[in-house]
Amino acid sequence: MIRVEKLSVNYGAIKALSDVSFNATPGLITAVLGANGAGKTTLLRTISGLVTPRSGNVFLDDRSLLKTAAEDIARMGVGHVPEGRGVIAEMTVDENLRLGALASKINIAEGLEAQYQQFPVLGDRRKQYASTLSGGERQMLAMSRALIAQPKVLLLDEPSLGLAPLVTSELMKSIRSLCESKQLTVILVEQNAKSALKIAHDAVVLHLGTVVASGPANEVAANDNLRRYYLGLVQ
Amino acid sequence: MGAFLASNFMHNIFGGLAQGVIYSLVALSLVIIWQSTHVLNFAQGAMAMFATYVGLTEIGRGVGYWWCVIISVVVGMAFGGITERVLIRPLYGKPEINPIVVMVGFLGVIEAVTAGIWTSTTRNIPAPFSQIYYQYRGRLILLSPFVIFQIALAIGIMLFVAALFRYTKLGLQLRAAALAPEVARLLGVRVHRMLTIGWMLSAGVGAVAAVIIASGNFGLFPTDMDGVFVAGFIAAAVGGLESPMGAIAGGLLLGLVEQFILAYWSPSVAPLSGVILLVVALMVRPQGIFTRSVNRRV
Repeated sequence: MIRVEKLSVNYGAIKALSDVSFNATPGLITAVLGANGAGKTTLLRTISGLVTPRSGNVFLDDRSLLKTAAEDIARMGVGHVPEGRGVIAEMTVDENLRLGALASKINIAEGLEAQYQQFPVLGDRRKQYASTLSGGERQMLAMSRALIAQPKVLLLDEPSLGLAPLVTSELMKSIRSLCESKQLTVILVEQNAKSALKIAHDAVVLHLGTVVASGPANEVAANDNLRRYYLGLVQ
Repeated sequence: MGAFLASNFMHNIFGGLAQGVIYSLVALSLVIIWQSTHVLNFAQGAMAMFATYVGLTEIGRGVGYWWCVIISVVVGMAFGGITERVLIRPLYGKPEINPIVVMVGFLGVIEAVTAGIWTSTTRNIPAPFSQIYYQYRGRLILLSPFVIFQIALAIGIMLFVAALFRYTKLGLQLRAAALAPEVARLLGVRVHRMLTIGWMLSAGVGAVAAVIIASGNFGLFPTDMDGVFVAGFIAAAVGGLESPMGAIAGGLLLGLVEQFILAYWSPSVAPLSGVILLVVALMVRPQGIFTRSVNRRV
């Protein structure tokens, strides 16, 4: 489980996060919602060790991650698909996936086979450079690269960004089914609140670096004030 | 066949290639560092020269030639790793001019220290193979066992580096650390360690080039890599700093151009051939011969 406790992050004089606390329940999807600049990406980057917080703490199964380097957090089973996907364009699909497998002790050949079965399109394009993939395929590759290491926790940063509505809906469904089949703990950062709330179990709403609401996703989705003022769901 | 190999044309081809592979090795070592840390290592030649001194002076103490080569490469690699860790790492994220200034200063320090320890007198290192050129009916073929060794060793090193980058887990991590350091960290790659290894690898390749030069007719002296470094740098710029293949091609091209200018134009113009090639390359293909433009941010 991931537990975030009173997390505050500053970029110089700018407060990116103030006293953010929440739990991501094991095996469930926690959506982190909010407008641009709410601090969603900073939150994920702090959890995975890329950003050092000013105060507060992050726990993975009751172990503090505060002094742990990003590469070690990855090796502890936290997969992070960054904003913009982070696919390495100059490498082939196969190489991107092999790279993902290095963080774990799995058999690489078996891991690759499992991913190609789960995402057949990637199997067809395994020798192609990632730069030749479409937006949806790149997102698939980024997810697959995180999943091959069999993480306990998956952090997804705006996976729907730049994808067509139909592709987004397919993607969200596959996130939900992955979470259920692999008992994955997912923290899903999204601007697209409507899509995220459809598949999330819990939701946290951020505004200018602070938590303005948190709770079961259906309750957040039903709250008119939240929908209107923070999620942009009521016209 | 023999007559063809002894022709003037092939004379120049062999001469150009023998010189070109050395430039290629130096260029390759520069490109490895450039790719992984975006630092142009102006002390690359001096570092390799120092490593060669440490290894090759052992020859005088009864250690065999090949052991001395191994010592030079190992010392070179250690030197590269320590330099990255101590001098370069504090400069990551600082303006790009900082590491350049530091490495130019370091170049002077290494050459002065080397002269202080071993004096500036040229040392002749015995070549491991005969340097007498082959002949065909009394006409020289510009190939000797040593030249063949020099070319074969350089090709062997290049193939080794290419295979390491392409087919090994270490190579995959080195490339990831260079192309997308942050993404690499998120995938568990120890990026700082990879950068150190990149510098070690590069310094090892540089040491091989310095050993070849010192073992030939050139001899070993504190500034013997300065000219070769400039040529290697031009080769890397011509081939494209982003491309190991380009560095190798650039080195061979420069060696050949130099040789043909020497033969068909004028020996006094030959030293300028690097500059001529660089100007032409920058006008025709400024990004380098082999650099592909790839949209990196996806």
